[in-house]
Amino acid sequence: MDDHDILNPRLDRRGMLMRCAGWAGTAALYTVSGGIVSSMGLDAALAARPRTGGPRPFTFLQISDTHIGFDKAANPDARGTAIRAVERIRALAIKPDLILHTGDITHLSKDEQFDDAKQILSDLGAPIFFVPGEHDFLDEGQGKAYLAHHGQGTLGSGWQSFDHDGVHFVGLNNVAALKPGGMAHLGDDQLAWLAKDLAPLSASTPIVVFGHIPLWTVYEAWGWGTDDSAQALALLARFGSVTVLNGHIHQILSKVEGNVTFHSARSTAYPQPAPGAAPSPGPLKVPAEQLPSMLGIRTAAFVRGNAPIALIEQTLA
Amino acid sequence: MTLFSRACRRALLLALLAAPPVTLAASHVVAAAPARTQNVAIKMFAFTPQVITVPPGTTVTWTNADEDPHTVTANDKSFHSAAMDEDDTYSFTFTRPGEYAYFCSLHPHMTGKVIVKG
Repeated sequence: MDDHDILNPRLDRRGMLMRCAGWAGTAALYTVSGGIVSSMGLDAALAARPRTGGPRPFTFLQISDTHIGFDKAANPDARGTAIRAVERIRALAIKPDLILHTGDITHLSKDEQFDDAKQILSDLGAPIFFVPGEHDFLDEGQGKAYLAHHGQGTLGSGWQSFDHDGVHFVGLNNVAALKPGGMAHLGDDQLAWLAKDLAPLSASTPIVVFGHIPLWTVYEAWGWGTDDSAQALALLARFGSVTVLNGHIHQILSKVEGNVTFHSARSTAYPQPAPGAAPSPGPLKVPAEQLPSMLGIRTAAFVRGNAPIALIEQTLA
Repeated sequence: MTLFSRACRRALLLALLAAPPVTLAASHVVAAAPARTQNVAIKMFAFTPQVITVPPGTTVTWTNADEDPHTVTANDKSFHSAAMDEDDTYSFTFTRPGEYAYFCSLHPHMTGKVIVKG
Protein backbone atom coordinates (compact mmCIF):
# COMPACT_ATOMS: atom_id res chain seq x y z
CA MET A 1 0.00 0.00 0.00
CA ASP A 2 1.41 3.33 -0.91
CA ASP A 3 0.49 6.83 0.09
CA HIS A 4 -1.65 7.20 -2.97
CA ASP A 5 -4.19 4.74 -1.62
CA ILE A 6 -5.98 7.68 -0.09
CA LEU A 7 -6.92 8.56 -3.63
CA ASN A 8 -8.22 5.10 -4.45
CA PRO A 9 -11.84 5.50 -5.52
CA ARG A 10 -12.59 1.85 -4.72
CA LEU A 11 -12.17 2.12 -0.97
CA ASP A 12 -14.53 -0.25 0.77
CA ARG A 13 -16.92 0.79 3.51
CA ARG A 14 -14.60 -0.43 6.25
CA GLY A 15 -11.86 1.66 4.77
CA MET A 16 -14.12 4.62 4.64
CA LEU A 17 -15.15 4.16 8.26
CA MET A 18 -11.58 3.92 9.41
CA ARG A 19 -10.62 6.94 7.43
CA CYS A 20 -13.48 8.86 8.91
CA ALA A 21 -12.71 7.79 12.44
CA GLY A 22 -10.29 10.66 12.76
CA TRP A 23 -7.21 10.79 14.90
CA ALA A 24 -6.62 13.35 17.55
CA GLY A 25 -3.29 14.97 18.05
CA THR A 26 -1.44 15.84 14.90
CA ALA A 27 -2.45 16.36 11.33
CA ALA A 28 -2.35 12.90 9.87
CA LEU A 29 -4.70 10.97 7.67
CA TYR A 30 -5.50 7.38 8.43
CA THR A 31 -6.40 5.14 5.57
CA VAL A 32 -7.16 1.48 5.39
CA SER A 33 -6.87 -0.79 2.43
CA GLY A 34 -6.88 -4.57 2.59
CA GLY A 35 -6.96 -4.39 6.37
CA ILE A 36 -3.64 -2.57 6.62
CA VAL A 37 -3.67 0.78 8.33
CA SER A 38 -1.31 3.46 7.14
CA SER A 39 -1.08 7.13 7.79
CA MET A 40 0.19 9.99 5.72
CA GLY A 41 0.64 13.68 6.19
CA LEU A 42 -2.11 15.93 4.99
CA ASP A 43 0.29 17.80 2.74
CA ALA A 44 1.33 14.53 1.08
CA ALA A 45 -2.30 13.66 0.50
CA LEU A 46 -2.99 17.00 -1.08
CA ALA A 47 0.16 16.93 -3.16
CA ALA A 48 -0.67 13.48 -4.53
CA ARG A 49 -2.12 13.61 -8.00
CA PRO A 50 -5.58 12.18 -8.43
CA ARG A 51 -5.57 9.05 -10.61
CA THR A 52 -8.42 10.38 -12.67
CA GLY A 53 -9.52 13.98 -13.17
CA GLY A 54 -11.97 15.76 -10.90
CA PRO A 55 -11.79 18.90 -8.82
CA ARG A 56 -8.47 19.97 -7.34
CA PRO A 57 -7.87 18.85 -3.78
CA PHE A 58 -8.63 21.41 -1.11
CA THR A 59 -9.30 21.57 2.59
CA PHE A 60 -11.93 23.30 4.64
CA LEU A 61 -12.27 23.61 8.37
CA GLN A 62 -15.07 22.91 10.83
CA ILE A 63 -15.33 24.69 14.15
CA SER A 64 -18.32 24.18 16.40
CA ASP A 65 -20.03 25.00 19.66
CA THR A 66 -17.86 27.91 20.74
CA HIS A 67 -20.53 28.90 23.32
CA ILE A 68 -19.15 32.39 23.75
CA GLY A 69 -20.49 33.60 27.11
CA PHE A 70 -20.25 30.20 28.85
CA ASP A 71 -18.31 30.53 32.10
CA LYS A 72 -19.53 27.70 34.30
CA ALA A 73 -17.66 24.91 36.04
CA ALA A 74 -17.20 22.70 32.96
CA ASN A 75 -15.06 25.48 31.46
CA PRO A 76 -14.89 28.87 33.21
CA ASP A 77 -12.99 30.26 30.21
CA ALA A 78 -14.82 29.17 27.06
CA ARG A 79 -13.75 32.46 25.50
CA GLY A 80 -10.11 31.56 26.09
CA THR A 81 -10.46 28.08 24.56
CA ALA A 82 -12.21 29.58 21.52
CA ILE A 83 -9.24 31.90 21.11
CA ARG A 84 -6.87 28.92 21.37
CA ALA A 85 -8.85 27.16 18.64
CA VAL A 86 -8.55 30.25 16.45
CA GLU A 87 -4.79 30.32 17.06
CA ARG A 88 -4.65 26.70 15.87
CA ILE A 89 -6.53 27.67 12.72
CA ARG A 90 -4.17 30.56 12.01
CA ALA A 91 -1.19 28.23 12.52
CA LEU A 92 -2.37 25.56 10.06
CA ALA A 93 0.34 24.74 7.52
CA ILE A 94 -2.28 24.22 4.84
CA LYS A 95 -4.74 27.07 4.85
CA PRO A 96 -8.35 26.00 4.56
CA ASP A 97 -10.30 27.43 1.62
CA LEU A 98 -13.28 28.07 3.86
CA ILE A 99 -14.52 27.56 7.41
CA LEU A 100 -17.85 26.18 8.59
CA HIS A 101 -19.18 27.01 12.07
CA THR A 102 -21.81 24.43 12.95
CA GLY A 103 -23.66 26.44 15.56
CA ASP A 104 -23.89 27.41 19.21
CA ILE A 105 -21.67 30.33 18.39
CA THR A 106 -22.94 31.98 21.57
CA HIS A 107 -24.23 30.54 24.81
CA LEU A 108 -27.26 32.79 25.32
CA SER A 109 -27.91 34.61 22.00
CA LYS A 110 -26.94 37.97 23.49
CA ASP A 111 -25.87 40.74 21.15
CA GLU A 112 -22.63 41.22 23.04
CA GLN A 113 -21.89 37.49 22.74
CA PHE A 114 -22.49 37.56 18.97
CA ASP A 115 -20.24 40.63 18.74
CA ASP A 116 -17.52 39.00 20.84
CA ALA A 117 -17.69 35.79 18.77
CA LYS A 118 -17.42 37.81 15.57
CA GLN A 119 -14.32 39.51 16.87
CA ILE A 120 -12.71 36.25 18.05
CA LEU A 121 -13.51 34.54 14.74
CA SER A 122 -12.12 37.33 12.58
CA ASP A 123 -8.95 37.37 10.44
CA LEU A 124 -8.98 33.62 9.94
CA GLY A 125 -7.66 33.91 6.40
CA ALA A 126 -10.74 32.25 4.93
CA PRO A 127 -14.44 33.04 4.67
CA ILE A 128 -16.56 31.60 7.49
CA PHE A 129 -20.11 30.31 7.07
CA PHE A 130 -22.47 29.86 10.00
CA VAL A 131 -25.55 27.84 10.87
CA PRO A 132 -27.32 28.48 14.17
CA GLY A 133 -27.51 26.19 17.18
CA GLU A 134 -30.37 26.33 19.67
CA HIS A 135 -28.19 28.52 21.90
CA ASP A 136 -28.13 31.09 19.08
CA PHE A 137 -31.92 31.02 18.79
CA LEU A 138 -33.05 31.53 22.39
CA ASP A 139 -33.58 35.29 22.39
CA GLU A 140 -37.12 36.63 22.81
CA GLY A 141 -37.25 37.14 19.05
CA GLN A 142 -36.45 33.43 18.54
CA GLY A 143 -33.58 33.91 16.15
CA LYS A 144 -33.93 37.61 15.46
CA ALA A 145 -30.55 38.30 17.07
CA TYR A 146 -28.83 35.51 15.11
CA LEU A 147 -30.31 36.66 11.81
CA ALA A 148 -29.31 40.25 12.53
CA HIS A 149 -25.71 39.10 12.97
CA HIS A 150 -25.44 36.20 10.51
CA GLY A 151 -28.55 36.23 8.37
CA GLN A 152 -27.12 38.20 5.48
CA GLY A 153 -27.22 36.17 2.27
CA THR A 154 -29.29 33.40 3.84
CA LEU A 155 -32.92 32.40 3.35
CA GLY A 156 -35.76 31.62 5.77
CA SER A 157 -34.41 31.06 9.26
CA GLY A 158 -30.80 31.03 8.01
CA TRP A 159 -30.49 28.34 5.31
CA GLN A 160 -27.93 28.75 2.59
CA SER A 161 -26.03 26.97 -0.14
CA PHE A 162 -22.94 27.76 -2.16
CA ASP A 163 -20.49 26.05 -4.49
CA HIS A 164 -16.77 25.79 -4.04
CA ASP A 165 -14.52 24.10 -6.60
CA GLY A 166 -17.25 21.76 -7.78
CA VAL A 167 -18.46 20.89 -4.28
CA HIS A 168 -21.96 21.98 -3.26
CA PHE A 169 -22.27 23.12 0.36
CA VAL A 170 -25.67 23.30 2.06
CA GLY A 171 -26.16 24.95 5.48
CA LEU A 172 -29.36 23.96 7.28
CA ASN A 173 -31.11 25.30 10.37
CA ASN A 174 -32.72 22.54 12.45
CA VAL A 175 -33.17 24.53 15.68
CA ALA A 176 -36.08 26.84 14.78
CA ALA A 177 -39.69 26.33 15.92
CA LEU A 178 -39.09 23.00 17.66
CA LYS A 179 -42.15 20.90 18.50
CA PRO A 180 -43.10 19.57 21.98
CA GLY A 181 -41.86 16.03 22.54
CA GLY A 182 -39.78 16.04 19.40
CA MET A 183 -36.16 16.45 18.41
CA ALA A 184 -34.57 18.92 16.02
CA HIS A 185 -36.68 19.94 13.05
CA LEU A 186 -36.11 21.24 9.54
CA GLY A 187 -39.70 22.08 8.61
CA ASP A 188 -41.58 21.91 5.32
CA ASP A 189 -40.42 25.30 4.03
CA GLN A 190 -36.75 24.44 4.40
CA LEU A 191 -37.24 20.96 2.91
CA ALA A 192 -39.05 22.49 -0.10
CA TRP A 193 -36.16 24.90 -0.54
CA LEU A 194 -33.65 22.04 -0.26
CA ALA A 195 -35.47 20.07 -2.98
CA LYS A 196 -35.29 23.07 -5.30
CA ASP A 197 -31.69 23.79 -4.38
CA LEU A 198 -30.51 20.25 -5.19
CA ALA A 199 -32.67 19.73 -8.27
CA PRO A 200 -30.32 21.19 -10.90
CA LEU A 201 -27.22 19.34 -9.63
CA SER A 202 -25.83 16.26 -11.31
CA ALA A 203 -25.63 13.11 -9.17
CA SER A 204 -21.83 13.23 -9.37
CA THR A 205 -21.65 16.57 -7.54
CA PRO A 206 -20.06 16.06 -4.10
CA ILE A 207 -22.38 17.46 -1.42
CA VAL A 208 -21.43 18.75 2.02
CA VAL A 209 -24.38 19.41 4.35
CA PHE A 210 -23.71 21.27 7.58
CA GLY A 211 -26.14 21.81 10.43
CA HIS A 212 -26.10 21.99 14.21
CA ILE A 213 -28.05 19.05 15.64
CA PRO A 214 -27.21 15.64 14.12
CA LEU A 215 -29.22 14.74 11.03
CA TRP A 216 -29.14 11.11 12.08
CA THR A 217 -30.62 9.84 15.32
CA VAL A 218 -27.68 9.56 17.68
CA TYR A 219 -29.77 9.23 20.85
CA GLU A 220 -33.47 9.95 20.85
CA ALA A 221 -33.89 10.08 24.64
CA TRP A 222 -31.60 13.13 24.68
CA GLY A 223 -33.14 14.67 21.59
CA TRP A 224 -29.95 14.04 19.60
CA GLY A 225 -31.50 13.71 16.18
CA THR A 226 -33.76 15.48 13.69
CA ASP A 227 -37.45 14.56 13.36
CA ASP A 228 -37.74 15.06 9.63
CA SER A 229 -34.18 14.28 8.54
CA ALA A 230 -35.40 11.26 6.54
CA GLN A 231 -37.00 13.67 4.08
CA ALA A 232 -33.74 15.56 3.65
CA LEU A 233 -31.77 12.33 3.24
CA ALA A 234 -34.24 11.12 0.60
CA LEU A 235 -33.42 14.23 -1.42
CA LEU A 236 -29.70 13.46 -1.04
CA ALA A 237 -30.00 9.76 -1.92
CA ARG A 238 -29.21 10.14 -5.62
CA PHE A 239 -25.83 11.79 -5.02
CA GLY A 240 -22.70 9.68 -5.05
CA SER A 241 -20.88 11.49 -2.24
CA VAL A 242 -22.66 13.17 0.64
CA THR A 243 -20.94 14.34 3.82
CA VAL A 244 -23.05 15.62 6.72
CA LEU A 245 -21.25 17.63 9.40
CA ASN A 246 -22.81 18.69 12.68
CA GLY A 247 -22.03 19.91 16.18
CA HIS A 248 -24.33 19.99 19.24
CA ILE A 249 -23.15 16.83 20.97
CA HIS A 250 -19.58 18.07 21.65
CA GLN A 251 -17.87 14.82 20.69
CA ILE A 252 -16.70 12.97 17.63
CA LEU A 253 -19.11 10.39 16.30
CA SER A 254 -19.35 9.05 12.78
CA LYS A 255 -21.72 6.90 10.85
CA VAL A 256 -21.89 5.68 7.27
CA GLU A 257 -25.25 5.00 5.70
CA GLY A 258 -25.09 4.12 2.03
CA ASN A 259 -23.60 7.08 0.18
CA VAL A 260 -23.88 9.38 3.20
CA THR A 261 -21.27 9.83 5.91
CA PHE A 262 -22.25 11.65 9.11
CA HIS A 263 -19.73 13.27 11.43
CA SER A 264 -20.30 15.19 14.64
CA ALA A 265 -17.53 17.46 15.88
CA ARG A 266 -15.92 18.48 19.14
CA SER A 267 -16.78 21.76 20.79
CA THR A 268 -14.19 24.38 21.66
CA ALA A 269 -16.02 25.08 24.96
CA TYR A 270 -16.80 21.91 26.94
CA PRO A 271 -17.35 18.18 26.42
CA GLN A 272 -20.62 16.31 26.86
CA PRO A 273 -21.14 12.70 27.96
CA ALA A 274 -21.27 9.89 25.41
CA PRO A 275 -24.86 9.01 24.47
CA GLY A 276 -26.53 7.32 27.44
CA ALA A 277 -23.33 7.38 29.51
CA ALA A 278 -24.84 9.82 32.04
CA PRO A 279 -28.34 10.52 33.38
CA SER A 280 -28.60 13.54 31.06
CA PRO A 281 -26.70 15.50 28.43
CA GLY A 282 -25.09 18.81 29.36
CA PRO A 283 -21.68 20.22 30.22
CA LEU A 284 -19.36 17.46 31.44
CA LYS A 285 -16.89 18.37 34.15
CA VAL A 286 -13.50 16.77 33.67
CA PRO A 287 -10.18 17.47 35.42
CA ALA A 288 -8.80 20.80 34.17
CA GLU A 289 -5.68 19.18 32.69
CA GLN A 290 -7.86 16.81 30.69
CA LEU A 291 -10.17 19.47 29.24
CA PRO A 292 -8.03 20.62 26.26
CA SER A 293 -7.82 17.05 24.95
CA MET A 294 -11.61 16.95 24.76
CA LEU A 295 -11.95 20.19 22.81
CA GLY A 296 -10.93 20.72 19.23
CA ILE A 297 -11.34 21.66 15.61
CA ARG A 298 -11.47 19.58 12.44
CA THR A 299 -9.91 19.89 9.03
CA ALA A 300 -11.70 18.19 6.15
CA ALA A 301 -9.62 17.29 3.11
CA PHE A 302 -11.25 16.95 -0.25
CA VAL A 303 -8.62 14.85 -1.93
CA ARG A 304 -10.82 13.67 -4.75
CA GLY A 305 -14.20 14.77 -5.93
CA ASN A 306 -16.08 11.56 -5.41
CA ALA A 307 -14.06 9.95 -2.64
CA PRO A 308 -15.22 10.42 0.93
CA ILE A 309 -13.82 13.46 2.67
CA ALA A 310 -10.84 12.73 4.90
CA LEU A 311 -11.00 14.28 8.37
CA ILE A 312 -8.15 15.40 10.55
CA GLU A 313 -9.16 16.00 14.14
CA GLN A 314 -7.02 18.37 16.17
CA THR A 315 -7.49 18.83 19.90
CA LEU A 316 -6.55 21.90 21.90
CA ALA A 317 -4.14 19.86 24.03
CA MET B 1 -35.96 36.80 62.51
CA THR B 2 -36.59 36.46 66.20
CA LEU B 3 -38.55 33.66 67.72
CA PHE B 4 -41.14 36.18 68.77
CA SER B 5 -41.81 37.51 65.32
CA ARG B 6 -41.83 34.03 63.81
CA ALA B 7 -44.45 33.02 66.36
CA CYS B 8 -46.42 36.16 65.56
CA ARG B 9 -46.38 35.42 61.85
CA ARG B 10 -47.47 31.86 62.44
CA ALA B 11 -50.34 33.04 64.66
CA LEU B 12 -51.41 35.58 62.08
CA LEU B 13 -51.29 33.02 59.32
CA LEU B 14 -53.33 30.56 61.37
CA ALA B 15 -55.86 33.26 62.14
CA LEU B 16 -56.19 34.15 58.48
CA LEU B 17 -56.58 30.54 57.47
CA ALA B 18 -59.10 29.88 60.21
CA ALA B 19 -61.18 33.02 59.64
CA PRO B 20 -64.51 32.08 58.08
CA PRO B 21 -65.25 34.05 54.90
CA VAL B 22 -68.48 35.46 56.41
CA THR B 23 -66.52 37.33 59.04
CA LEU B 24 -64.34 38.90 56.41
CA ALA B 25 -67.33 39.84 54.28
CA ALA B 26 -69.04 41.43 57.26
CA SER B 27 -66.02 43.60 57.91
CA HIS B 28 -65.78 44.49 54.19
CA VAL B 29 -62.30 43.13 53.94
CA VAL B 30 -61.68 41.48 50.61
CA ALA B 31 -59.99 38.21 51.39
CA ALA B 32 -57.44 36.92 48.99
CA ALA B 33 -57.42 33.16 48.84
CA PRO B 34 -54.35 31.90 50.63
CA ALA B 35 -51.58 32.10 48.10
CA ARG B 36 -50.71 28.63 46.93
CA THR B 37 -47.38 27.91 45.43
CA GLN B 38 -45.80 24.91 43.82
CA ASN B 39 -42.21 24.46 42.78
CA VAL B 40 -40.93 22.51 39.81
CA ALA B 41 -37.24 21.80 39.39
CA ILE B 42 -35.55 21.78 36.02
CA LYS B 43 -32.71 19.39 36.57
CA MET B 44 -30.72 17.04 34.38
CA PHE B 45 -32.82 17.96 31.36
CA ALA B 46 -36.11 17.05 33.04
CA PHE B 47 -39.03 18.81 34.77
CA THR B 48 -39.48 17.38 38.28
CA PRO B 49 -42.21 16.61 39.14
CA GLN B 50 -43.13 16.14 35.51
CA VAL B 51 -46.88 16.32 36.19
CA ILE B 52 -48.39 18.40 38.97
CA THR B 53 -52.04 18.83 40.00
CA VAL B 54 -52.87 22.14 41.68
CA PRO B 55 -55.97 24.15 42.61
CA PRO B 56 -56.84 27.29 40.62
CA GLY B 57 -54.89 30.32 41.75
CA THR B 58 -51.68 28.40 42.25
CA THR B 59 -48.45 30.08 41.29
CA VAL B 60 -46.00 27.58 39.87
CA THR B 61 -42.32 28.48 40.02
CA TRP B 62 -39.75 26.69 37.91
CA THR B 63 -36.07 26.89 38.85
CA ASN B 64 -33.32 25.82 36.46
CA ALA B 65 -30.60 23.86 38.24
CA ASP B 66 -28.77 22.92 35.02
CA GLU B 67 -25.74 24.67 33.54
CA ASP B 68 -27.59 24.57 30.24
CA PRO B 69 -30.36 27.10 29.62
CA HIS B 70 -33.95 25.88 29.38
CA THR B 71 -37.38 27.38 28.79
CA VAL B 72 -40.88 26.70 30.03
CA THR B 73 -43.11 27.03 26.97
CA ALA B 74 -46.79 26.07 26.82
CA ASN B 75 -47.54 23.76 23.89
CA ASP B 76 -50.26 26.22 22.86
CA LYS B 77 -47.92 29.17 23.61
CA SER B 78 -50.39 30.59 26.18
CA PHE B 79 -47.45 31.16 28.56
CA HIS B 80 -43.73 31.01 28.13
CA SER B 81 -40.57 31.96 29.94
CA ALA B 82 -37.52 33.61 28.50
CA ALA B 83 -34.45 31.38 28.29
CA MET B 84 -33.53 30.58 31.89
CA ASP B 85 -29.87 30.30 32.69
CA GLU B 86 -28.63 28.36 35.72
CA ASP B 87 -30.55 29.34 38.92
CA ASP B 88 -33.01 31.53 36.99
CA THR B 89 -36.68 31.16 37.91
CA TYR B 90 -39.96 31.66 36.12
CA SER B 91 -43.41 31.85 37.72
CA PHE B 92 -46.88 31.64 36.27
CA THR B 93 -50.23 31.72 38.10
CA PHE B 94 -52.83 29.27 36.85
CA THR B 95 -56.32 30.71 37.43
CA ARG B 96 -58.51 28.48 35.26
CA PRO B 97 -59.04 24.73 35.55
CA GLY B 98 -57.59 22.72 32.72
CA GLU B 99 -54.55 20.78 31.57
CA TYR B 100 -51.55 22.80 30.53
CA ALA B 101 -48.91 20.84 28.63
CA TYR B 102 -45.55 22.53 28.29
CA PHE B 103 -42.03 21.79 27.05
CA CYS B 104 -38.55 23.27 26.79
CA SER B 105 -38.37 24.99 23.41
CA LEU B 106 -34.60 24.45 23.33
CA HIS B 107 -34.73 20.74 24.21
CA PRO B 108 -38.22 19.72 23.08
CA HIS B 109 -37.89 16.17 24.39
CA MET B 110 -38.28 17.78 27.84
CA THR B 111 -42.03 17.90 28.55
CA GLY B 112 -44.25 18.53 31.56
CA LYS B 113 -47.85 19.18 32.52
CA VAL B 114 -49.78 21.30 34.99
CA ILE B 115 -53.26 20.03 35.80
CA VAL B 116 -55.43 22.72 37.39
CA LYS B 117 -58.41 21.27 39.27
CA GLY B 118 -60.84 23.03 41.59
